[in-house]
Amino acid sequence: MKTAILKYNAGNTQSVLFALERLGAEAVVTDDPETLRSADKVIFPGVGEASTAMKYLRDRKLDQVLKDLQQPVLGICLGMQLLCRHSEENDTDCIGVFDLNVKKFESPAGNLLKIPQIGWNNITGLHSVIFEHVPQNAYMYFVHSYFVELGPDTTAIANYVINYSAALQKDNFYAVQFHPEKSADAGQSLIESFLKL
Amino acid sequence: MLTKRIIPCLDIKDGRTVKGVNFENIRDAGDPVELGALYAAQGADELVFLDITATNERRKTLHALVTDIARHINIPFTVGGGIAAVDDVSVLLGAGADKVSVNTAAFRNPQLLNDLSKEFGSQCVVLAIDTRFEDGDWFVYLNGGRVKTNTRTEDWAREAVERGAGEILLTSMNNDGTKQGFALDITGRLSRSLNVPVIASGGAGTMEHFADVFEKAGADAALAASIFHYKEMEIPDLKNYLYQRGVQIRF
Repeated sequence: MKTAILKYNAGNTQSVLFALERLGAEAVVTDDPETLRSADKVIFPGVGEASTAMKYLRDRKLDQVLKDLQQPVLGICLGMQLLCRHSEENDTDCIGVFDLNVKKFESPAGNLLKIPQIGWNNITGLHSVIFEHVPQNAYMYFVHSYFVELGPDTTAIANYVINYSAALQKDNFYAVQFHPEKSADAGQSLIESFLKL
Repeated sequence: MLTKRIIPCLDIKDGRTVKGVNFENIRDAGDPVELGALYAAQGADELVFLDITATNERRKTLHALVTDIARHINIPFTVGGGIAAVDDVSVLLGAGADKVSVNTAAFRNPQLLNDLSKEFGSQCVVLAIDTRFEDGDWFVYLNGGRVKTNTRTEDWAREAVERGAGEILLTSMNNDGTKQGFALDITGRLSRSLNVPVIASGGAGTMEHFADVFEKAGADAALAASIFHYKEMEIPDLKNYLYQRGVQIRF
């Protein structure tokens, strides 16, 4: 059983790789389309900026490779946002697996909102197989300035001024806004459930 | 709800955790990876590793240490100490660090903050400020607290955020090592005026001190070292206390 971690110009691939190592999972970091297609699972990590990341993926036609994958795919943070339709971050058209928009957090009138949201926030309304061993209201580690709006594919909700999608699922595509690889035991059991799909 | 963060800090010298009082009298406090893993298991929300090694081999040893930490620890961690260039940061993030903390080099060359945030995103750029209250105001100190500047801490913090710093790690030299509580005044001033998180550091002695810095100064996170290293306070007890007091905490 082999997991491919997508290598691109945005991403903390090393952290994801170490998280899989801790679970004893075999993983490779790759941008080779054939390796991605033949992997049992694909993880699409991300820390970075949307437009430069999308350009990098398009230049290598990896956007289409990702979209066509049939095995379980897990998008993390920017990886989740890039799987959506469009991001307000530099007005970027994304891959479009999820028909949802990515928006920027805005301070409510008269209130100073710290952006990015950095830290541990609780997730609710969990209903996806990857949350099988994650309790309701579990705390996960988030670092982001942009968020995915709520929609029919939302499988977990978080709140930072407004309610937004903490997780999505559609067919074989799973995505989380938080960093399970950095979310202690709760994050680890989510990754474990994903690897068992 | 976003929670307040408890962050143990490990000062590293030649691969060991050390701790001084008022930036002096450094003594050994154990293996950094073991300590870090212990804190993570106890519920620490993040870790900070500050490398104070001053040898030529520094870069190589730090890279190896960061990889070792990243392999064993499943919570976010920040690495700081002597970072002066974009290349230094590439190496550390590549080794598995989540964020880096810059201090003196960013003050000497503020463009570094613009460059780092453009290259890696502001979320991984923590600006550390060592500050001391004297002559009626808080001033920035450099080089581990040895060099005074005439720059007001509030001015430098504001400029740093405009240039791309994503968090401010504020250490009060007046309070550091005293166990008399955090510097509520300057922490509150920064926390209420900046749109990035402020991590309060220096002076933690009791659980009430943590509650005060969250409730009275509005800090987003609180950092401490010796009270955790010497087991004067256990993280689960601290979190339990804060939870009972109604502070938003991951518990």
